[in-house]
Formats: sequence, structure tokens, C-alpha cells
Amino acid sequence: MSDAPSAYQPPPVAIHPAGHGHTPHHPYLQHHFDSMAQQAEASTLGMWTFLVTEIMFFGGLFMAYLVYRYYSPMGFQEASHHLDVFWGTLNTALLIISSLTMALAVRSAQTSQPAMTQVKWLVATMLLGLGFLGIKVIEYTDKFTHHLVPGPNFRWEGLYPKPAEQFYSLYFAMTGLHALHMIIGIGIMLVITWMAWRRTFDSEYYTPVEVAGLYWHFVDIVWIFLFPLLYLIGRHFHPGA
Amino acid sequence: MSGHVAPKTMYYAVFAALIVGTALTVAVAFVDLGALNNVVMLTIAVTKATLVVLYFMHVRWSTRLTWVVAASGFFWLLILFGLTMQDYLTRGWVPGTWR
Repeated sequence: MSDAPSAYQPPPVAIHPAGHGHTPHHPYLQHHFDSMAQQAEASTLGMWTFLVTEIMFFGGLFMAYLVYRYYSPMGFQEASHHLDVFWGTLNTALLIISSLTMALAVRSAQTSQPAMTQVKWLVATMLLGLGFLGIKVIEYTDKFTHHLVPGPNFRWEGLYPKPAEQFYSLYFAMTGLHALHMIIGIGIMLVITWMAWRRTFDSEYYTPVEVAGLYWHFVDIVWIFLFPLLYLIGRHFHPGA
Repeated sequence: MSGHVAPKTMYYAVFAALIVGTALTVAVAFVDLGALNNVVMLTIAVTKATLVVLYFMHVRWSTRLTWVVAASGFFWLLILFGLTMQDYLTRGWVPGTWR
């Protein structure tokens, strides 16, 4: 493996020199922190605080899903059958692979791998994210052509038109919000990739990759719950049987 | 400052577990387990999420403070679901009362 410490590259910027009233330190250590470890801890904690607000944000939608499904389990089951399990499963796989490439991107920065190695994992992560969004476009297009978008043109042939419309309202709200997070995540990755390309990260300083990774993995976790709740409910139930 | 460097094999193992979990959820969804379908599905989802949080998001090696903050999010979520559902699930318990 090419993880040997010999792959270490010196930081691109010279050590911040003494002379403005303190001892020399790492160029990326901000003056209000005592050490790189303290700075990294503060950043991670800040990101987790933000993610807790995100958990509550998505949590409200999951709560709405729970209440409406409680009122019409059969309606939700019927509506869910119009979602394509194949696309859902493929997208779940794409997101899990992207979480792996993201974790490896963080690790490559953490172990001072060459800039190209870090960039490679980050680009792979972005491509997988784009693949996910591409499939989402196929699925949304299908829903639009089949009049399954809530509103004046919503049409439902089944037994439970109202719960079906509620299901699709939640489907578009939840997957739409998730897709928006994916788009923002890819934007963040573009910045991180550019920083990695400029050899910003090594074992001494990799917090931006780590924090961007936390965001990416969080979006993956939301999908881990969305997939079974939206795509798989009542699949064992065969209406004709 | 270089944090905890986990071996690559660990990431591949977690990844394999996540893929197996996904395959299992899809397979189980097509088998009639009665009321157990939802239980199995959510148990797998929670397990997958826990693996991602602990290993991919490094919470296993984070400080206790980060751990508490992360856990608090899921804790409040349980309160949200718990308190709301104890209302909705018990509305029909006393006949003749409101609704």
C-alpha cells in the first residue's frame, strides 16, 4: 500500500514565522486556537451542532410521514407501489459507494497522500452524487408524465386517491429536500477538491475534508431511512391475490 | 494532530455491511412477515445509520463532547416521535370523548 509515511509532502506554505508577538506555528492554525487538535475539535463540534439542526429539520418531515401513514396505511401502501424499487435500490447503492469514497478521501488527506490521490477520491464521490441525481431526474420525469405530482393535475386510479396524494406530497418534499442537500454537497465537494488540488491538506491539517465528509455521510443517512419508508412499504402485499 | 487513522480494511468492511443490509431490506420487503416487516426494515436502517455515524463519521474516535452533541439530535428525535405518537395512537382509547 502507498500509505507509508514516506509519501508525506511538506505543507505548501512555509511555517508561520515568529515575529508578530508569538512563537512559530502551523500556517493554518487560527490565532484564537491553542493547537491544531483544539481547532479540529471545534470545527467538528460545530459541524455536528449544525447536523443536529438538520436531524430535527428532516425529523419534522418523518413525523408528518408517520402521522399520515398511521391514518391510511393501505393508501400509503397502494401509492408506494408506483415507485420503482430498482431505481431506489440502485440509488441506495450509489450513495453507499459514495460514502465509502468520501471516507477514503478523508483518510487519504489524513495520511498525507499525494494531492492527486485525494482529488481522485473526491471526484469519484461527486460523480456518484451526480449519478444519484440523474436517476432522481428519471424518476421525477416518470411521476410528471403519469400525473403523480400533487396538485390540480394529480390523477389516481386506485382505491385511495387522497392518501395517495398525501404520500406523493411527502415523497416530493422529502426526496426534493434530500436532492437539494446532494446538490449543495456536490458544491461543497467542488471547493474541497480545489483545495486538495492546491495541496492544502496533509496529516497536520485536513479538517475541511473531514467536516465536508460529515455533511456527505449525513445526507447518506437520511436516504438510508427514506428508501425503505418510501419505496418498500407493503411490497409483500399482492392486491390481486 | 492527526486524529485516529483507521485501516482501509475497516472502511471496506463497513461498506460491505451496508451493502448486505441494503440487499437484505429489499429481499425482506417481498416476504410477508406480517407486522414484523416494518420492524425488520427499521432495525436494518437504524443499524446501517449507526455504522455510518460510528465509523464513516468517526464518532467512535471523537471526544465525549462531540459524542454527546451527536447523540442529543437523535435523542430529541425520539421525544418528537414518542410524544406525538402517544397522542395519535391513544385517541380512540376512551369511547365517547373528543373525536
